[in-house]
Amino acid sequence: MCPETPVLRITVNGREAEVPEGSTVLDAVASMGFDSARIAVEIDGCVCPRSELPVRRVRGGERMEVVSFVGGGRCPTTSF
Amino acid sequence: MSDDLVLGGRRFRSRFILGSGKFSLDMTRRVIEEGGVEMATLAVRRASAAGEGNVLDSMPEGITLLPNTSGARSAEEAVRIARLARELGCGDFVKIEIIRDTKYLLPDNRETVRAVGMLADEGFVPMPYMMPDLTAARDMADAGAAAVMPLGSPIGSNRGLLTKEFVKMMVEELDVPVIVDAGIGKPSQACEAMEIGCAAVMANTAIATAGDVPGMARAFRMAIEAGRLAYLSGTGRVLDGRAEASSPLTGFLERSP
Repeated sequence: MCPETPVLRITVNGREAEVPEGSTVLDAVASMGFDSARIAVEIDGCVCPRSELPVRRVRGGERMEVVSFVGGGRCPTTSF
Repeated sequence: MSDDLVLGGRRFRSRFILGSGKFSLDMTRRVIEEGGVEMATLAVRRASAAGEGNVLDSMPEGITLLPNTSGARSAEEAVRIARLARELGCGDFVKIEIIRDTKYLLPDNRETVRAVGMLADEGFVPMPYMMPDLTAARDMADAGAAAVMPLGSPIGSNRGLLTKEFVKMMVEELDVPVIVDAGIGKPSQACEAMEIGCAAVMANTAIATAGDVPGMARAFRMAIEAGRLAYLSGTGRVLDGRAEASSPLTGFLERSP
């Protein structure tokens, strides 16, 4: 019987999520259905450079914001 | 001689900047084409799962993208959004929008001055949206703004160039381009802004709420070109308190008995 892969609990766009331990940030966003070519990621308040997405490992407890461009602007409320 | 608009080291033939909100993805592309638009704003928001269209897909090759910091209520929040926008890989231009007023959506000049300096230090090309105030505009220019973007009237209102006299002061006194943004509701109002020497006009709602959206984009294009040509040609003097005949005052026919 295979042991279960440990998971890490993180927050993505305000919601709790689980990713397998050892996941890269790219793995994590891809598994959630984001188009990696059209997103940017902020982790615990710092922008993660695109070049680091496939190499940086996710750590438990991290808070991620995954963003993309949309049309428009001028929203007076906090966007994320 | 070229009359290109030069901003952030780039040259633009078009002086019509498009706000990309309120359009479907297909209509965004049509409006850009009909309007001859070479620069369009985008906002940064939490991403949706892939499968839904992305606004970048409606942007033609070669267009300059102008991410805005909508949602920011402070200079720090604007910088945060700008950094994410830059990481999305569409260049260094950033339209600074810092708004704490939820009723009229008026920009906060004080926070915007701070944000211009912070973003210029990080290598961005800052283009601040602002309340027309010559002193604040000078501060923004000194802090590194590539242009200043005073509002014409409240965002989305279509009320026109209510701030005309203050925008005129800015055009006369500043070396940086003055780009009217917000509230321009008709092509005639865009033309009016260009006639007084604005470098460009940005519009969104006026086109999005028109009956014929592509037609209105085309009308704005023509109006902005007409206003620019009028400005370069030098509008005629205005007579106050009297008229001046256009036809000769001699050679009249004999009056009938």
